[in-house]
Amino acid sequence: MNAASLNPMILTLVTFLPALGAVLLMLFPRRARDIRWFALGISIATFVLSLHLPWHFVNGHPGFQFQVDRQWITTPNIHYHIGVDGISLWLVVLTTFLTPFCVLISWKSVNDRVKEFFILLLLLETAMIGVFIALDLFLFYFFWEATLIPMALIIGMFGHERRIYAAVKFFLYTMVASVFMLIAIIWLYAHTGSFDFVVIQGMLASGQLVIPAHIAQWLFLGFFIAFAVKVPLFPLHTWLPDAHVEAPAAGSVLLAGVLLKMGTYGLLRFNLGLFPELARRNAPWIIVLAIIGIIYGALVAMVQPNLKKLIAYSSVSHLGFVVLGIFSFTQAGLNGAMFIMLSHGVTTGALFLLAGMLYERRHTYDITEYGGLATPMPIYASFFLIITLASIGLPLLNGFIGEYLVLTGSFQARARWGILAASGVIWSACYMLWLYQRVFYGEVKREVNNTLADVNARERTCLWPLAAAALIMGVLPMVWLRPVEPAVSRVLAFSTAQVQSAAPSTMSNVNAAAPVAAPVAAAVPTHTEQENGR
Amino acid sequence: MIPSGDYIRILPEIVLSIFGMLVMVIDPLLGENDDRKSIGVVSAIGALLALGATFIMAGHPGEAFYNILRVDDFAVFFHVVVILIALACILMSFEYLKVQEIRQGEYYGLILFGTVGMCLMSSAIELVMLFVAIEISSISTYILAGFRRRAAESAESSLKYFLLGSFATAFFLYGIALMYGATGSTNVDAIAAALRQGTPVMAYLAIALMMVGLGFKVAAAPFQVWTPDVYEGAPAPVVALMSTGPKAAAFAVLLRVLFGTAAPGWFWAVWIAAALSMTIGNFGALVQTNVKRMLAYSSIAHAGYLLVAFIAVRNMEQGVSAAMFYTAAYAAMNVGAFAVVSHFASAGEKYVSIEDYAGLGRRSPVLAAVLTVFLLSLIGIPITGGFFAKFYVFRAAVSSNLIWLTVIGLVNSAIGSYYYLRLLVMMYMKEPQSEESVPSVPFAAGFAMAGCVVATLYLGVFPNRVLQFAIESARTLVH
Repeated sequence: MNAASLNPMILTLVTFLPALGAVLLMLFPRRARDIRWFALGISIATFVLSLHLPWHFVNGHPGFQFQVDRQWITTPNIHYHIGVDGISLWLVVLTTFLTPFCVLISWKSVNDRVKEFFILLLLLETAMIGVFIALDLFLFYFFWEATLIPMALIIGMFGHERRIYAAVKFFLYTMVASVFMLIAIIWLYAHTGSFDFVVIQGMLASGQLVIPAHIAQWLFLGFFIAFAVKVPLFPLHTWLPDAHVEAPAAGSVLLAGVLLKMGTYGLLRFNLGLFPELARRNAPWIIVLAIIGIIYGALVAMVQPNLKKLIAYSSVSHLGFVVLGIFSFTQAGLNGAMFIMLSHGVTTGALFLLAGMLYERRHTYDITEYGGLATPMPIYASFFLIITLASIGLPLLNGFIGEYLVLTGSFQARARWGILAASGVIWSACYMLWLYQRVFYGEVKREVNNTLADVNARERTCLWPLAAAALIMGVLPMVWLRPVEPAVSRVLAFSTAQVQSAAPSTMSNVNAAAPVAAPVAAAVPTHTEQENGR
Repeated sequence: MIPSGDYIRILPEIVLSIFGMLVMVIDPLLGENDDRKSIGVVSAIGALLALGATFIMAGHPGEAFYNILRVDDFAVFFHVVVILIALACILMSFEYLKVQEIRQGEYYGLILFGTVGMCLMSSAIELVMLFVAIEISSISTYILAGFRRRAAESAESSLKYFLLGSFATAFFLYGIALMYGATGSTNVDAIAAALRQGTPVMAYLAIALMMVGLGFKVAAAPFQVWTPDVYEGAPAPVVALMSTGPKAAAFAVLLRVLFGTAAPGWFWAVWIAAALSMTIGNFGALVQTNVKRMLAYSSIAHAGYLLVAFIAVRNMEQGVSAAMFYTAAYAAMNVGAFAVVSHFASAGEKYVSIEDYAGLGRRSPVLAAVLTVFLLSLIGIPITGGFFAKFYVFRAAVSSNLIWLTVIGLVNSAIGSYYYLRLLVMMYMKEPQSEESVPSVPFAAGFAMAGCVVATLYLGVFPNRVLQFAIESARTLVH
């Protein structure tokens, strides 16, 4: 069989293979060993299948590929419309790449209700992939909500002491925020008769659908709030440290590695894709929040006594860079944002795996409980060092490329944004290196730590691919950026076109309905000023 | 001379009444200690036959008995919903009556008679007939609520329901009288014709009074106070019935009265009732520790969501069809939830507090999974009927520019997710408190639960056909 003949169904296969695995698992007898191997097999098979996507992806093509568009429900007009472009391509692969490691890290640490755990994990994988490939707003919302239940249950059933609090907080934060997105989606449907992202975007671009400025602002905010909670953007980040600390290792890996990216992906796809003009107008305050997030996240990370909490706050900081890159509206910034999403997935995923391995041995995340671990666990310490360096952005490792691109982009947009954000790089070096020093260097402070076993074969299987990925991404960034670039320029081109076509029309609105359009008129100069500024 | 076709138009009611009487006749023939399962089987067969009769009835649309009844798609839709609810409740009662040691066959008879009333409520177009139908259904449920004779709260439940309920029906009756005074008729079509000529002040008053009566029946705020007490005391399968069946029928009446008569001036009244019901229901449910009370408050909230669909006047077809879809989805998930509750409650309804559900996911994974489906549907999570129900309602509201009500509703549903979640947390994240094993689900109750799961998921994955049918019936209702 010709591999290209898989193209029309590959996305459906990749998305639903884990769900199929979950259904089969339900029928399995409760033998933990078989269940683990089966889950591992399914997740690896999904990863291998998903490699078909970059392999057959046409790089120069900015639009969606591997598309499927079938009617699902007639009233309302909901389609099973899926596809990937350069923006979602690697996120899908990132998801399928991380899941096998989540299975491996849970091999020993999940002993109770093993069957339920792996069913939830596989269902979560399907939902996460679905979020990235859905091109129908309804389908997107569907998968978006669908990630919520398995994740909340994974935290709540398999987490640590305060797991229930964390699970409920996570659930409510996300649920309440996504309600606003649902309102915006329904509004768009009521005025276009379609949920199709491509169709709605086309209608907005061609001027078939003109949304009054004040309503567009609400719609923008509706989407924005849902995504900002997920990212999480300061000050909506408070659920994240709790969720991370209480989640089991696999939950943290997926939470940081994939779920947070759903938020930034949504900002890029929907807020920029549907409301480019408003995205530009709202960019200043969003960027302020992003920069606060970068610095605040880093500072809070520095003083954390808890290893996992430290990594969680470092995520707040890193994701701030992503948001900054997205709203800088420069090619470099957007490329960088995409790159950080991927590299953060790999490095933070790896950090949480490493944290999970320590927890498996000592059952604590308290940094003061450790110290001098480089002596009993040299291999572990080396892996931790590689990932730490990747996370703080050492050149030749993956963290560097993304941060560099984002900072370039933000300097191009506004120098002071770049200067403020650049301080985040220094902070991240501070907290990560200090963490490394406290955990690995010096004398072994606790007697028990002397006898800790170094990483075993299973754990090494987890760590090697991630460390290798960090290095390859740092040395050969273009492999990853090549498919991303056309898609990103398309977003940018679309937003520029929208802004230019929208500017005269808002001006004419001023004459037609002066009182209503007054705030709009006030906003127009600032934004031209921003154009001149570049 | 009444044409024989008219009898076909009440065939389901005839079948149900015959079986109801049959039950009353068989009951004394059985021994004192018989668990009355045979009667249950007879009434289940009756309900199934009535369902068949509904399909025959559907083939003969039109008015009957001098314009007292009208069989249209709208009536057929509610007949099917109500009869299926009754069937599910009968099936789950087999086990319940046995466990609670209730040995009266009238129980099943009353369910069947109540169903007759509910069916008539959906097809009557004569206000006096409507009143009689409401009374038939109400009186049956008053008695059913008191069937746990040994429990004081059941008597309390029955009495409260009876006193407040008869008060409410009196309001409804007063409304009918005023409507007659205002328009000179009690026929829905004639009233509509008269009101199009002009609206006398008395008509506003009449509509207001009728809405008080019906607001009580659907447990919409501010007429909701009775709900938690009544639901707490009544037998669980009866609560499954009365939180869905009479409610669906009362919503059918409300739709007929408001839309069929082109009634004036109810927009803000319903707006406020919807907003209040959602808010009071959800906030009330947050603090409950008894599952039945929690579901009672949740049913108030759901009545509120449903009322939102009513106000989507700019696109009546969409609004009415959304309301109809909601009744069907709500019936499936709520009956299902109560089926689990009534199975789990065991003798004397011992286990009805939320704490009792701790660790159910471990003690009985299947039962927990089934309840999870219903709870997720009540929250409104995709691939369950509850999601599409809410979705259609709020879509209708948005397309009528009711943005504020939509925001209130959706924020409420997010708040509401908390208390359903609490039950999920209990089941999956807490350790079981007792080692006592959960009794396995008997066939009939299991069948009812499975049916509700299938219906909930069917409405959540393939909502098309039901919605199409609802849209067509909505067309017959709003001309």
